Amino acid sequence: MSRIKSYFENLNKAGKKALIPYITAGDSYLESTVPLMHSLVDAGSDIIELGVPFSDPMADGPAIQLACERALEHGTSLTDVLACVAKFRETNTTTPVVLMGYLNPVEIMGYPAFAEKAASSGVDGVLLVDLPPEEAADVKPLFESHSIDTIFLLAPTTSENRTKLICEHGSGYVYYVSVKGVTGSSALDADEVAKKVAAIQDQTDLPVGVGFGIKDGATASSVAKVADGVIVGSVLVNAIAESASQNLSVEDTCQKVSAIIREMRAAMDQE
Amino acid sequence: MTDLAQDAQLPDENGHFGVYGGRFVSETLMSALDELRDLYARMKNDPAFQAEFDRDLAHYVGRPSPLYFAERWTKEVGGAQIFLKREDLNHTGAHKVNNTIGQALLAKHMGKPRVIAETGAGQHGVATATVAARLGLECKVFMGAEDVQRQALNVYRMKLLGAEVMPVEAGTRTLKDAMNEAMRDWVTNVDSTFYIIGTAAGPHPYPMMVRDFNSVIGREARRQSLEQTGKLPDALVACVGGGSNAIGLFHPFLEDDSVAMYGVEAGGLGLETGQHAAPLSAGKPGVLHGNRTYLMEDENGQIIGTHSVSAGLDYPGVGPEHSYLKDTGRASYVSITDDEALAAFRKLTRIEGIMPALESSHALAYAEKLAKTMSPEQTIVVNLSGRGDKDIHTIAGIDGITV
Repeated sequence: MSRIKSYFENLNKAGKKALIPYITAGDSYLESTVPLMHSLVDAGSDIIELGVPFSDPMADGPAIQLACERALEHGTSLTDVLACVAKFRETNTTTPVVLMGYLNPVEIMGYPAFAEKAASSGVDGVLLVDLPPEEAADVKPLFESHSIDTIFLLAPTTSENRTKLICEHGSGYVYYVSVKGVTGSSALDADEVAKKVAAIQDQTDLPVGVGFGIKDGATASSVAKVADGVIVGSVLVNAIAESASQNLSVEDTCQKVSAIIREMRAAMDQE
Repeated sequence: MTDLAQDAQLPDENGHFGVYGGRFVSETLMSALDELRDLYARMKNDPAFQAEFDRDLAHYVGRPSPLYFAERWTKEVGGAQIFLKREDLNHTGAHKVNNTIGQALLAKHMGKPRVIAETGAGQHGVATATVAARLGLECKVFMGAEDVQRQALNVYRMKLLGAEVMPVEAGTRTLKDAMNEAMRDWVTNVDSTFYIIGTAAGPHPYPMMVRDFNSVIGREARRQSLEQTGKLPDALVACVGGGSNAIGLFHPFLEDDSVAMYGVEAGGLGLETGQHAAPLSAGKPGVLHGNRTYLMEDENGQIIGTHSVSAGLDYPGVGPEHSYLKDTGRASYVSITDDEALAAFRKLTRIEGIMPALESSHALAYAEKLAKTMSPEQTIVVNLSGRGDKDIHTIAGIDGITV
């Protein structure tokens, strides 16, 4: 059983929902990524989505675009990102780590080489934004053979038929994009999300994580009421950007990000 | 070589040209692409739609465009006879309008009140703003901030036509960044908006659709060649940025294996300097902007900056069908430097009284080299894809003149 699956099962038994933060690896320094990951866990995160920086992040809003630019300024590569995961695993063997990003860096490394390195580094899942299931026929079995979950997106525009197809192809969890738009968009409609998530849960036993538009304890807890996981990205990335512009130390940056996670954790667990 | 008749039928139902093409986009756009694919599949075979398209091309664009024998230039060069397919004479001054007419008709059929576009040199932006004005559609054009600077004339044309021009400051501030931003707008406004992609790239069905709309160039050139010379041309030459004018010229000749095809990429300061925009000549396959194709990228899969004197060729990718034609060997891809293109611009202007776009000047420069290696009985068709008025500021700047 994959680390993601068993983790969700344990949460379920405890009656808790997963808090899933996203940060871009190498933002703002490669050295700050592993300490940030540990802080996220200590503050109450369940699964970490670690962003692989890309020069052309088409599905992302300004916050994550700038995070990618900061990470690429000092040349953060996919190899560097995998090294971060391996380092994180030296002291944490329980928190699932999902790599999130765009296809091209993986394509250029080569799929077999990537799958092997990702597995040996301790990666549990991969979410490639621009790889829909239709184009993943060769990639998915390769990931599977290395016990890596392939996580797909679902969107408000996804039809019922496609929802079914995507859930059949995915493993680990499915990521429901709560709004039509790029990351960092505002305005999440909690009622609409509740309806959509229920419809997805009708189609699959996979846990449903919801992302886009979650920025504080209140939105996190409203989503936690209806979904299995709460995914939060841009608000953390903005805090990291602010820390960089103020020249804060790695420790201070970690504290700043931890405070956001703790608030969300508390709000989600308050039921 | 692969089966040419089969290749002419590509892409397959999922938009693949061999390993290239496909649909590599985030999930939010998949249903819009499904809808567009299905609509286009119907319209492609709908006589009423085709008649409407043909009527617009005839009466609004001014087609057919002439196939002009450049006699004086041919004499000057020495070698094969050079014919120019005069896409520069189209309404709005380039081949781009063939495609925007077609896509705007689709937008109308889908009932979308708003269109968006990306643009490099501004020709596609102008062509989109033009058809939007004519159909009463809201129009927003994304343009790299650097291109806004060097193509000021086209920016103002778009504004006069009622379009909003959005300068894109992200990344390298050129065409690829404009395309990223247009994709982001589309994801956000997918219900109301039709994205008119300007080149034969992007997710399926765009590469096929843009090719089909521009194939009128090759169909006419084929017929005109037979009429004027009694035979098919021996070679076709067209510039390749994303590659829409080239694929439009090439495609109707794919099965004519006596016709050689040359796509001319922007060699910038020279391939050896790395300062160019020639993914087919010096790049490798990858995935960007919804399709798998040759790209300019580094060893980590990051897209790298490009350089060309012509904004319309300043793009790190290329349409997936060109990638396929390169691999099968059906078409050859070469490059021409900024300086060679500028020289061709001046030469055609002075010898034939035709001022070509800097993009098209790349094709002209290569045709000149090619003609010299051929005999006077042979013929070359060069796609003169656009007129050079928009580039006068660039040329004047190089000459140290302020206009």
